[in-house]
Amino acid sequence: MKLLLKGGRVIDPANGIDKTADVLIEDGKIEQVSKNIQADNAVQVIDVSGKIVTPGLIDMHTHMREPGQEAKEDFASGSRAAAAGGYTTIATMPNTKPVVDKAILIDGLKQRAREDAVVNIEIIGALTKEQKGEELAEVGDMCQSGAVAFSDDGHYVQNSRVLLNGLDYLRTFDKIIISHAEETALVEDGVMNEGKRSAMLGMKGRPTVAEDIAVMRDILLAEYADAPIHIAHISSKNAVELVRQAKKRGVKVTSEVTPHNLTMTEDMVDMADSSTKVNPPLRTAEDVKAMQEGLIDGTIDAIVTDHAAHAEEEKDREFRYAPSGFPGLETAVGVLLTDLYHEGKIDLPLLVEKMTSSPAKVFKLNKGTLSKNAPADVTVIDTEAEWIVEKEKFYTMGAHSPFIGRKLRGKPIMTIVDGRIIMQNGIIID
Amino acid sequence: MVESKSVSLRGKNILGLEYFSPDEIELVLQTAKEMKNIISRDIKKVPALRGKAIVNLFYEPSTRTRSSFELAGKYLGADVINITAGSSSIVKGESLRDTLLTVEDMGVDAIVMRHKAEGAPEYATKVVKAAIVNAGDGAHGHPSQGLLDLFTIRQYKGGFKGLKCAIIGDILHSRVARSDIWGMRKMGIEVHLAGPRTLIPRFLFEEKGIFIHDRIEDAIENADVINVLRIQLERQKSGLFPSTREYARIFGLNEKRLTLAKKDVLVMHPGPMNKGWEISPKVAYSSNSAIQEQVRNGVAVRMAILTLILTGGKSNEITA
Repeated sequence: MKLLLKGGRVIDPANGIDKTADVLIEDGKIEQVSKNIQADNAVQVIDVSGKIVTPGLIDMHTHMREPGQEAKEDFASGSRAAAAGGYTTIATMPNTKPVVDKAILIDGLKQRAREDAVVNIEIIGALTKEQKGEELAEVGDMCQSGAVAFSDDGHYVQNSRVLLNGLDYLRTFDKIIISHAEETALVEDGVMNEGKRSAMLGMKGRPTVAEDIAVMRDILLAEYADAPIHIAHISSKNAVELVRQAKKRGVKVTSEVTPHNLTMTEDMVDMADSSTKVNPPLRTAEDVKAMQEGLIDGTIDAIVTDHAAHAEEEKDREFRYAPSGFPGLETAVGVLLTDLYHEGKIDLPLLVEKMTSSPAKVFKLNKGTLSKNAPADVTVIDTEAEWIVEKEKFYTMGAHSPFIGRKLRGKPIMTIVDGRIIMQNGIIID
Repeated sequence: MVESKSVSLRGKNILGLEYFSPDEIELVLQTAKEMKNIISRDIKKVPALRGKAIVNLFYEPSTRTRSSFELAGKYLGADVINITAGSSSIVKGESLRDTLLTVEDMGVDAIVMRHKAEGAPEYATKVVKAAIVNAGDGAHGHPSQGLLDLFTIRQYKGGFKGLKCAIIGDILHSRVARSDIWGMRKMGIEVHLAGPRTLIPRFLFEEKGIFIHDRIEDAIENADVINVLRIQLERQKSGLFPSTREYARIFGLNEKRLTLAKKDVLVMHPGPMNKGWEISPKVAYSSNSAIQEQVRNGVAVRMAILTLILTGGKSNEITA
């Protein structure tokens, strides 16, 4: 089975390619990227002229809610949302019920993913037993079952000794720790950014200093252990500066940012609608600008959605009691293109890099590239297509998103996983 | 009855004083004046809201707000019922949405709501068509309290412009403070906030006419009005100040501190008071105190609010 994508603008940051070319896929692998590839009869040819062809997008940070919270999302719905959003590989966080803190759970999830998911699923294991932050989980065992990384996402590892143990212990397995960096005592009960708007609304805030302290401690421990650490969903201006300085002096720190923290501010918080409730929260315009600068200068390595669907009735209630998070897989490309690319703030090759080769590098995955013989995970994007975000059209089970109703410009129009087209024009092909 | 400049609150939700124009505030205060006359009569009942149904939906305990909304509705001839969290299906876990829909299905015209969560009344406006009156939502707002505080100030001071008001205590968790700040600023009162810094929000209203002080003496100095906020024991337990004893000594309003203010200073407190903590009994019952008058005015202001949103406040309907 051969597939030829003809005449698109191929952006393949891993190989430094940005040119009009054809992409030939054969037996689930990339066969060739070059101009004017001749098609024989056995080849299915698709004209993608005027469109962008990239390695399949990778999202290092999603919540697929399996096991235990399938009323919010599952591999079937979540992976279809991923495919609709142009993603071919997503990593799922372990803050489920039960917490994914044992090899048998990794095995079970991989089995389910094979049965139900339409994109590649990577499993992130818990760093500590039940994510309690007290003792290391059997991370070695989980590595052997194929865990891609470790994280207590949703919780900060408060105990510095535990994190240091994790950094040291994981050296044997060459896997990274992803840190949800928020000093717990400073964010307790907080529902939005601590700032002018929270002061006005009387809502409890989560100050940026909580993130800054946590990021600084993580950097210092990683530096001390000479081990890698990855800062999840960075959102504070000062935290970006801390990572920048640490990278300069050679600390093995990497970081990621969400589309919403790259584009939205606390002013958008509507106390009557929990759609904007998320952790870390939407910050100020100054923070948003710092996120964009961090992405451009390499301080921030990846764009992740932190896709976190909740059941409709869980979000449809008082802001304070609603859970944090919203789905992001199906809106990420549209939001990034509309607010960053079309606004002239960040160019296309950089956005593609932060969603393909760069996250692959952080995870040490053989993905995010159009090199010969790489898995044929490919995304085709129409940067000009205009569309309106409608929850009725979501594949995710999550029905609350701050992007609903927005008019966006640009969307993925084809997702190819292992050489097979699984999404075309927004429709999943099962 | 005053029909001021075609301003009307008919059909509106009362969610917070930030949404009020000065003219709308004026309309409520003038209407409340008429209402106060009604309450002082021997026979209080007027038929202005006859045939209207009002539900007091209270998710938090309340004495004065709930009973004054109830009496306000009843003096105006409306049918008023109370639903409180402890004695309803809320205990069984019914969501706010479903409770609101249930109440609406019974055909009510207005829902007066008290809730722990900031924004809950605003959320309610998206669920039901009945008019929503915020009777206090978390630390966000308590618009009827803000209005009755303004009404009380005008009663004693004759006006607003150029007055200096000190608001003392737990600003951070206080919906009363936020409503007062909005209302007072809109009417031209200078607002001075003071209390332990642990109870003053960072980034608060960095704008003209609002001042934050570290010592309450600086806020009280030369004040025309002092509004003392209730201090909750829970705040001490969560470490925001070391002890109620120390609070009383350093941040409490006592007779000595009162002498820093203008001689005719008006002392207010939204209640319930912790006498001996944030306010000394002598000050609370002094001739400067308007605390009891605030309660009386609360009924009048709430009558005004209910009338204005449900009928627009036509004079013939009120005094008929």
